Amino acid sequence: MKTIKNGIFNENPTFILMLGLCPTLAVTTTFEGAYIMGLCVLIVLLITNFIVSIIKNIVPDNVRTPVYILLITTSVTALELILKKYVPALHETLGIYLPLIAVNCIVLGRALSVASVSSVKKSVLDAIGIGLGFALSLMLIGLVREVLGSNMITVMDGISSFTGYRAVYQVLPNTKILPITVFREPAGAFLTLGLLLAFFNFLKDRRSDVK
Amino acid sequence: MTLFQLFITSMLTENIILTKFLGICPFIGTSKRETSALGMGVSVTIVMVLSSIITYLIYNYVLIPTNTTYLRTLLFILVISSMVQMSEVIIKNHFPKLNQLLGLYLPLIATNCAILGTTLLNVNNDYTFIQMLVFTLGSGLGFTLIIYIFSTIRERMEFARIPKCFRGAPIALITASIMALVFSRYFG
Repeated sequence: MKTIKNGIFNENPTFILMLGLCPTLAVTTTFEGAYIMGLCVLIVLLITNFIVSIIKNIVPDNVRTPVYILLITTSVTALELILKKYVPALHETLGIYLPLIAVNCIVLGRALSVASVSSVKKSVLDAIGIGLGFALSLMLIGLVREVLGSNMITVMDGISSFTGYRAVYQVLPNTKILPITVFREPAGAFLTLGLLLAFFNFLKDRRSDVK
Repeated sequence: MTLFQLFITSMLTENIILTKFLGICPFIGTSKRETSALGMGVSVTIVMVLSSIITYLIYNYVLIPTNTTYLRTLLFILVISSMVQMSEVIIKNHFPKLNQLLGLYLPLIATNCAILGTTLLNVNNDYTFIQMLVFTLGSGLGFTLIIYIFSTIRERMEFARIPKCFRGAPIALITASIMALVFSRYFG
């Protein structure tokens, strides 16, 4: 439990460690894209951390990194094939950012720094914590950007071919302020992440001041 | 689209950092000094062009005929990391002056998503060989341009009085956001 909490708060991959920012910025135009991406990273992290912690004593030290990279890439490719088969619309939306999970620094970083030195149980818990932390931050960014940028919340749209129904909600029906289209553009992605980061820094500073 | 248009688009309007978010880590992390930004940019461009040529040939003449395109991510990563190693050795042995400038940055590139991203885009967009070359060169130069401009802005920013919670990454991201706006409005 403590390891999981640590991954979500103290070592949050997006807001504290600042790792794996490419997907964070690219797929968060909709809430749906954000949580699916978070889920994909969580699954890849789980698979690789689990396997790495099992084989850690067999792999010689000097070929560790290449072996882990191959392992990560293989699980990413498998995930890509599954998504392509069952939810082709999402596979299209995520585009090249799905194979790019393979070079995401979070996954390799966790494999090298945690899974290769700790027990199976601890590495799996760590993967769940870090993966959840990543997914939750992505969902937050996606929510902010979609509400401000399109005045909508997409819960299920591309995935509807799999679950069977769509769920897209409008936030404020009669308003002239929203949508602020800039939040849908790349500039809005940088702006949202920058402001959220500053906000979390502000909270952290205030908490340490009180102490 | 003519080749010239493709070059301008890949370099300015659809810049890989500002619109496709590839290579953000070195963009935020290493671009604090002008020289290091240039070194990073040049190394990325060289490796990008070399690995794009090889991956393009492998994809079109090996993977497509044997119907194994799902192996592309795996193979591309292998090609990129061996390209990085190779250019490291060549530069170290034959161009000692260049080594002083780039030596530090070359090993970092192996896990740079800008390169894997560009090679994947090349095969996704069905470019011809010449188009692929122009697109890759444009992307690499665009990367260098943005990372250089950004480093000069950041050097000035060190003397500015920024609120405490905005220092470091937040203000860098907001600067990037303004740059992205300028690029998409001015060149688009």
